[in-house]
Amino acid sequence: MTPDVLLAGVIAIALVLYTLTAGADFGGGVWALVARGRRAEDQRRVIGRAIAPIWEANHVWLILVIVLLFVGFPRAFAAITTALHIPLTLMLIGVVLRGSAFTFNAYDPQPGEGARRWSRVFAISSLLTPVALGVTLGAVSGGFVSDPATGLVETDFFHQWLAPYPFAVGLLTLALFVFLAAVYLVAEAEDPELKALFRRRGLVSGGLCGVTALLAYVAAEDGAPQILEGLRASSWALPLHLTTGLAAVVALGALATARDRLAKLAAMAQGALIVAGWCFAQYPYIAVPGYTIAGEAAPTDVLWPVLIALALGAALLVPTLVYLFVIFKVRPALEGEDDGH
Amino acid sequence: MTDLFAARAQMAFSLGFHIIFAVVGVAMPLLMVIAEYLYRRSGDGEYLELAKRWSKGAAIMFAVGAVSGTVLSFELGLLWPTFMAYAGPIIGMPFSLEGFAFFFEAIFLGIYLYGWERVGPRAHLASGIIVLISGSASALFVVCANGWMNTPAGYSMVEGELVSVDLWAAMWNPAALVEGLHMLTASFAAVGFAVAGIHAAMLLRGARRSFHSRALAIALSVGGVFAFLSPLTGDLAAQQVAELQPLKLAAMEGLWEDEAGAPLLIGGLPDEEAEVTRYGIEIPYALSLLATHNPHAEIQGIKSFPADERPPVAVTHIAFQIMVGCGTVMMLLAGFAGIQALRRRPIAAQPRLLRALVLASPLGVVAIEAGWTVTEVGRQPWIIYGVMRTAEAVTPMPGLVVPFAGFMLLYGVLGVAVVVLLRRQVFAAELGPLVQRGAELGAEVGASVSSSAAGSEVDHDA
Repeated sequence: MTPDVLLAGVIAIALVLYTLTAGADFGGGVWALVARGRRAEDQRRVIGRAIAPIWEANHVWLILVIVLLFVGFPRAFAAITTALHIPLTLMLIGVVLRGSAFTFNAYDPQPGEGARRWSRVFAISSLLTPVALGVTLGAVSGGFVSDPATGLVETDFFHQWLAPYPFAVGLLTLALFVFLAAVYLVAEAEDPELKALFRRRGLVSGGLCGVTALLAYVAAEDGAPQILEGLRASSWALPLHLTTGLAAVVALGALATARDRLAKLAAMAQGALIVAGWCFAQYPYIAVPGYTIAGEAAPTDVLWPVLIALALGAALLVPTLVYLFVIFKVRPALEGEDDGH
Repeated sequence: MTDLFAARAQMAFSLGFHIIFAVVGVAMPLLMVIAEYLYRRSGDGEYLELAKRWSKGAAIMFAVGAVSGTVLSFELGLLWPTFMAYAGPIIGMPFSLEGFAFFFEAIFLGIYLYGWERVGPRAHLASGIIVLISGSASALFVVCANGWMNTPAGYSMVEGELVSVDLWAAMWNPAALVEGLHMLTASFAAVGFAVAGIHAAMLLRGARRSFHSRALAIALSVGGVFAFLSPLTGDLAAQQVAELQPLKLAAMEGLWEDEAGAPLLIGGLPDEEAEVTRYGIEIPYALSLLATHNPHAEIQGIKSFPADERPPVAVTHIAFQIMVGCGTVMMLLAGFAGIQALRRRPIAAQPRLLRALVLASPLGVVAIEAGWTVTEVGRQPWIIYGVMRTAEAVTPMPGLVVPFAGFMLLYGVLGVAVVVLLRRQVFAAELGPLVQRGAELGAEVGASVSSSAAGSEVDHDA
C-alpha cells in the first residue's frame, strides 16, 4: 500500500473514531435539548456526567483529521476550506459554543438563570454542529474542480454545499450521532425509568437513521453520482450493505429486548460501517472529481515520517485512551463520589 | 475594510483570544501539581483545597482554549488556503506531534479534573504532571510551526512544486526553539503573576489568610522565577532575529539608519512618513551589545530595506516596548518579593506589595499579546518570511468582514462569560469552606468540588 493511501486510511479511521466518540457527545446535547417533563433535570444530569470527562479528548479526533488533511493533501485541503468556507465557519461557531457553553454550565458555582441559558446554548449548538459537519462531508462528494489558470478551486462559495445531497448527509450525520448517544445513555443511566426513556429514544432515532440514510441515497442520484456508483457497483458494496444492515437490525433488536451491551456494540459497528462505507465510496478522491488521493499527496519524504510518527503516537495513545474510558465508563466510582457535572 | 485586512484582523483576533487560554492551559497545571504535591507531602488540607479550586478555574480556561484552538487550525485554511497549500506538508511534523500532545493533555486533564475519586493519589498526581508536560510540548510544537514562517527551512521547491522536504529540519528551523522557549517561560511568568494578583486581592479584602497566602506563595514563586528566565530566553530570541530577520529587529527598535555601535531605544514614536523615531531615550551601544553581544557591531536600519518589504514600524516598535516594559516591571517586582521572602517578612502582611501585585497581575498576559504582535506584525508583509506575501495567501472568499465581525462578537461574549464565571468561583468558593474547616475539610471539598450542585448546597449552609 502506498503511503498516500495509508494516510488517507488513517484520516478515515480518525473520522470513524470521531463519530463514535465525539458524535455521541453531540448527540447527548441534542437529547438535553429535547429533555422535557418531570425528569428533565435528571436526564440532563446523566447526559452531562457522561460527557464531562471525555469530550475534550474525543474532540481531538477532529483536529487530527484536519491536520492530516493539510499535511498529506494540502491542495485538496485548501480547495475544501475555500469552497466550503461558509459551512465550515458555521460548524466552527457551533464547536466553540458547544464546548464553552457546556463548561460554563457545568462550572457555574451559582446555578441559576445564567447556567440555564448556557445549558440551552450547549443543546442548540449540539444540534446545529453535526448538520454543518455532515453538509461539509456531503459537499466534498461532488463539484470540486481546480481552475487550470490559477490552480485554485473553482467556486462561487455556495454551489458545492447548498444542494439537497449535502443537507441529506447533514441530517444523516445528526441522526447517527443522536442514535449513538441514546444507545450509550441506555447503558450509562442507572435509573430504570431513564433507561427505558433512552431505550425508546434509541429505537426512534435508529429508525431516523434509516430514513435519513435512504434520503441521502436518493439525493445522491443527482448530488453525488460517483458515491452512488461506489455504493452500488463496487465489489465491497454488497458485503458492506449487508453487514451495516445486520448491525442496524441487531442494534435495534438488542435495544428492544434490553440487551444493552450488545446494542451498544452493534450501534458502534453500524456507525463505523456507515462512515467507512462513505470513505470507501469516496475513494480514490479526497474531493470529487478534481482532487484524488494520488494526485494531491504530499511528497513521500513528508508522508513516511508522518506515518511513522502516527504509528508511534498511536502506540502510546491507544492504551491511554482505553485507560480513560475504563476509568470513567467501566470501573465503578469509588466511595464518596457524588453526581459530578 | 478590505478582505485582506478583515482576514488579518480575524486571524489576529482569534490568535490573541486563544493565546490567553492556551497560556493558562500550559502553566496552570504546574501550580495545581505543586499544590497537590504539597498536600500529599504535608497532609495540609488547604493545599488540597487549593489544587481543587485552581483546577476548577483552569477547567473553564482549558475548554475555551481547546475550542478556540480548533478555530485556529481551521482558519489556517479558511483564511490562508494558498499558504496552507504551500506550507501544509512542510510544517506537518510539528502539527502532527501537537495533535498527539493535545490528545494526552485532554485525556489526562479529564482524569485530573474528574478522577479525584476514581484513581489513586499517585496516579492522580501523575496525571497532573502529564498534563503539564503535554501542554508545554503542545505549545512548543505550535510555536515551531510559527518559527518556520519566520525562518523557513528544510525544503526545496522547483517551479512551485515541492520536490523534497526534510521534516526534522523544517520543524527545528532556526527560530523554533528560541521562540518556543521564550513563549513557555513567558507563559509560566504570566500565569504565575495573574494568579498571584487574584490571591493578593483576596488577601487585601481580608479573606482567609492561611489559604490565600499559601496560594500566593506558590503562584508568585512560579511567576517570579519565570519572570527572571523570560528575559534570558528573550535574549536568545532577539539574537536569532538579529541574525535572520534583521528588518524585524530594526522595526522593533525603530532604527532607521545603519549604525555601528547602535543605541537601544527606550520608548519613542516612529514616524513612518519622515522615517525617523522621535522622543525615545537612547542607551549608547546597548542595541549592538544585546543583539550580537558586541557593542560595536553594525546593525542594519529600516532604510536599507526596500519600502515594499517593511512591516508597520510603529506597531512593531510600540508592541516591543510594551512587552519589554511589562517584563521589566514583573522582574523588579519578583526581585523585591524575593528579597522580602528571604528576609522572612510575610508578603501577605504587606498591603503595598499586595496592591502592587494586584496591579501587576495582567502584565504578563499583556506582554505575551504584545510579543506576538511583534512576531506577527514584524514579519509583514510576508506570511512566509521572504517567500510568500500575506496578500498572496489570502482566500478569494469575498465579504470576509462578516466572519470577522461574527468571531469578534462570539469571542466578546465568551470573554465576558469567562470573567463572570471566574469571579463567581473565586467568591463563591470563599464562602463555603469558611464554616467547615478542620480535619474533615479535605473530604468535604472532595465531595463538593466536582459538583456545582453540591457546591451551592455548601453556600446555602453558610
